[in-house]
Amino acid sequence: MSAETAQTVVTTKAAGPVGPAEAPPAAVEVHGVHKWYGGHRVLDGVDLTVRPGEVTAVLGPSGSGKSTLLRVINHLEKPEIGYVSVNGEPIGVRRHGDRLRELSERAILAQRSRIGFVFQNFNLFPHLTVLDNVAAAPVATGRLSRPAARELAHELLDRVGLADKATAYPRQLSGGQQQRVAIARALALRPGVILFDEPTSALDPELVGEVLAVIRNLATSGTTLVIVTHEVGFAREVADRVVFIDGGRIVEQGPPAEVLDNPRHERTRDFLSKVL
Amino acid sequence: MSEPPGAVTLAEAPPADPPPPRKLTAQRVQPLRRPGRWIATVVVLVLAAQFVHGLVTNPFYQWDRFGYWFLRPTILDGLLITLEVTAWSAVLGLLGGILLALARLSRSPVLRAASWTYVWALRSIPLIVVLLFLYNFSALYKTLSVGVPFGPAFLTFDESRLATDMAIAVIGLSLNEAAYAAEVVRGGILSVDQGQHEAASALGLPKGYQFRRIVFPLALRSITPNYVNQLIGLIKSTSLVFYVSLLDLFGTAQSMGSTYPGDIVPLLLVVTVWYLILTSLVSVVQFYVERYFARGATRSLPPTPLQKLRTGLRDLRERARREAAV
Repeated sequence: MSAETAQTVVTTKAAGPVGPAEAPPAAVEVHGVHKWYGGHRVLDGVDLTVRPGEVTAVLGPSGSGKSTLLRVINHLEKPEIGYVSVNGEPIGVRRHGDRLRELSERAILAQRSRIGFVFQNFNLFPHLTVLDNVAAAPVATGRLSRPAARELAHELLDRVGLADKATAYPRQLSGGQQQRVAIARALALRPGVILFDEPTSALDPELVGEVLAVIRNLATSGTTLVIVTHEVGFAREVADRVVFIDGGRIVEQGPPAEVLDNPRHERTRDFLSKVL
Repeated sequence: MSEPPGAVTLAEAPPADPPPPRKLTAQRVQPLRRPGRWIATVVVLVLAAQFVHGLVTNPFYQWDRFGYWFLRPTILDGLLITLEVTAWSAVLGLLGGILLALARLSRSPVLRAASWTYVWALRSIPLIVVLLFLYNFSALYKTLSVGVPFGPAFLTFDESRLATDMAIAVIGLSLNEAAYAAEVVRGGILSVDQGQHEAASALGLPKGYQFRRIVFPLALRSITPNYVNQLIGLIKSTSLVFYVSLLDLFGTAQSMGSTYPGDIVPLLLVVTVWYLILTSLVSVVQFYVERYFARGATRSLPPTPLQKLRTGLRDLRERARREAAV
């Protein structure tokens, strides 16, 4: 029943005041996703629509399912019920009559290469130089020749302010620099959507700013971003919409001014009072 | 009535010019004396000297005969056989081990069970038994054919022509080696951080690329020391091929020893020294291979022995200069 409330909230928002976003397909659509780990229910009927170019911040207490939601979007986690579509294309499944069928691993990998993902712990490849970390995926997926990929990698490293670190190995960099490389690596595939899983949670406080600056830059460039974060201030600043999740359900969502400054739900108020 | 000890010393001190107190901060800290370490050093050096003395002077070792045998062509032929058998078995064993490890880590329960059973069986059967089985194999099966069980055969081999002594030795050692290598490789793959798998699949890298370029190179860092351990064991295990009538280094020495019974000890010494040389070469190669795979794992690469020597000398020189200045 609470899933139902969440859904109504979504529909009101989707038909909300922003208006002419009807024509193009939504950048991300989460359709009634349920997910269990063993007997533990992590996602309990989540519906979410992200419009192209929109920046969505996902907030919630730890264990609320926000990271799982992000990982379901690029199919790192398979939902038990429901599905996700990105730019109108179902991820990890295809419609077969009135059923959903699992896609082959190769097809899923091809879909993932169109969705950027930035991890909390960067997960750069430690044995490759910074340049190769960024250039690897476009070459491996057959999109660019090696020289073209390297050129693109140099360009992207320049964009995240690390042009001089191309030949370094990831472990020789600070956490903030590593995360910026990870963002450049995600951008190298020119994804339509980029998902950020707590991108600053593993960083020392003085390094958070440089990473947020890069993300802010992306936000203003019109890329669709979904950001799971604990940085409430940052969410207020860059997000077009804030989604608050608790217990595997979307409790409340809307513009930051609404959700963060004037929350309607007790749980949202409770959470915000703890983190602010 | 007792006076404070400080006062006593002051009273007894000669009144003439007391040494000016040295500033504590201007002094070097005196290193801790370690008499136990000196005693241990002396004991070890004496024991080592005794051992070397015995080795050199005891006529039992017959060093002249050692010199006679060490580079004899028969011995070198045996050494060549040892190297050949080791090289083939090391490569085939590692390839087999990689396949077995992948099967063991696959999602198919059939592959997992088959791999587990193979490793279980080959680790349980002594290598010498495997070799002798294979040696007698050609007597049990005259021909070997590839085809449907109980059905038609597509390819048929004449076993006696296929099963040379060398082939039997290599197959036996590779079968055995693969079982152990499988566990080494599996351990290496499992040691790769889950985040690397996730990052590779989040980027949509093709499955084969993920393994060849990301997971396996990272796994090699922990596979290398374990596999070299395995390889050194293999070099020594090749001495068992003597029992399938292949004359390797050990086998040659053994047969020479039965022809010249007086030379058994120097022949064993020849074998020992050659195995020492082979193992040392492998260890040197290991150092550089490990150094190569350490790229990116540490902030700076471990120094090569030459670099270590150079920095050691430089430190010594600098220290001497500092001492001179103080």
